[in-house]
Amino acid sequence: MTFTGLLRLLVIGGLIGLIEILCRVGVIDNFTMPPPSRIALDLWRIVVTGKFNAAIVKTLSNAATAFVFAVTVGIAAGVMIHAAKPLRHALDPFFATYYAIPVLAFYPLLIILFGLGDAPKIIIAFMLGVVAVIVNTLNGLDRVPRVLLKTARMARLSRFATAIKITLPSATPYVLTGIKFAVAYALIGIIGSEFVMSTNGVGFEIAFAYNNFDNATMYPLILLVMIVSISINMVLVWWEKRLLSRRGLR
Amino acid sequence: MSQHNKTDIHVSLRGVTKIFRGADGGASVHALGPIDLDLKRGEFFAVVGPSGCGKSTLLEVLAGLSEVTEGDVRFEGKPIHGEVMDGVGVVFQEDACFPWMTVFDNIAFGLRQTQLTSSEIDKRVEQALAMMGLTPFAKSYPAQLSGGMRQRVCIARTLVLQPRLILLDEPFGALDQQTRLLMGEELLRLWRETGATIFLITHALDEAAMLADRIGVMSARPGRLLDIVETGWGADRDSRIVETEDFGKITAHLWQWLRGESMKAIARSGAAA
Repeated sequence: MTFTGLLRLLVIGGLIGLIEILCRVGVIDNFTMPPPSRIALDLWRIVVTGKFNAAIVKTLSNAATAFVFAVTVGIAAGVMIHAAKPLRHALDPFFATYYAIPVLAFYPLLIILFGLGDAPKIIIAFMLGVVAVIVNTLNGLDRVPRVLLKTARMARLSRFATAIKITLPSATPYVLTGIKFAVAYALIGIIGSEFVMSTNGVGFEIAFAYNNFDNATMYPLILLVMIVSISINMVLVWWEKRLLSRRGLR
Repeated sequence: MSQHNKTDIHVSLRGVTKIFRGADGGASVHALGPIDLDLKRGEFFAVVGPSGCGKSTLLEVLAGLSEVTEGDVRFEGKPIHGEVMDGVGVVFQEDACFPWMTVFDNIAFGLRQTQLTSSEIDKRVEQALAMMGLTPFAKSYPAQLSGGMRQRVCIARTLVLQPRLILLDEPFGALDQQTRLLMGEELLRLWRETGATIFLITHALDEAAMLADRIGVMSARPGRLLDIVETGWGADRDSRIVETEDFGKITAHLWQWLRGESMKAIARSGAAA
């Protein structure tokens, strides 16, 4: 393990240890928050009993659906907008201010339009993620070296083939940043929507546990969401590092 | 004399002019011409000129990457109208390696756009790797190679397509002097082996004088051909010709032309600033 890795582990372990001590000595009231070791044991119990498997599957499948749509539509839209300069100029201010809009505020409207099923949640998560993918795709495409485009022309590639074989691979590190955002926004969008108004999913279960002072369920589910999100991001960061080191950028 | 047949005209330019129209009603820039020039099949032709004289624009016109405003450009008798012709290859000054591909895949890239079978592609790439001394690096990524080796990958990627006209845009511009001389020797060897016509753009007078059969001297913008200098070297030349008296005379002659043109270019860029 590298020194940086060891230091990182020490910081995280130290923080968890500190919270554990504060909970054990009563500085943090156990009614407010149980010790991290207790939360971990409760999570293990939840996983083993499978009590929330349906909610976990529902949340993760909805998040995966929103993520796939956000990435697919985001990359395709990024490529098309990049090719159409006037459209790019028209949309740039919109992209710059997009995240000032509280997308979750549209949730009631979406429920009216699509009912209380999965669609409104997936749309919210999609709306949160898609612009991050578009913006990062555009950012990557802007940085494709002109000489690579000239090389594509010398190979007499069509515009579509140039996008697939040259510009997108060249822009991949930036696109990957968008994908990382899309993962986070997919989970935030789905769980946030489940929190606000839903009848199932991990967000609903967390909110239900919170309203019933059921810390033995609420905290382990929060921990589960964190583990899932961090694990997916760690895989993407590992992939990104591999890509960048191949290119001599890290 | 070179072993190549240098009697028939391979590329011809007649009255070639390039004017860049200003965007949104801005001033137009007369970049090039008019230029008249014939390249003989199999000859090594170099172009020197002051910065901003339109050398790269001329190369892009020949490559079919840029359309002329006026005039006629022909390759093997067929007109080039801003589209890439079969049999023309370019090596750019900038690093044009695809960083996400291995050396092998970089070299195979152009071949994979053709109808060749994968075994034929593998065979040609392996030959190119051997020719350029890159066989041990076939599975390496460009970032793992030096600048000179990356440029060799780009040259191999062009040569593997067996072009009949090779356009080189300051291919050794980013390399140190020793590497440039050695790369120049390699280029001469490849030229002898392939029999292709080579059109080299360079700002280095010694490079042009060492490599070329003929050297075109361009004026400050708008770039026109002021003189064409015949070097008279044999095809078996190598970097040792830099020690000869004739080499000194040729570079001195080129510099006589370019000194005034370079001063004009510098004065113009100073005035613009």
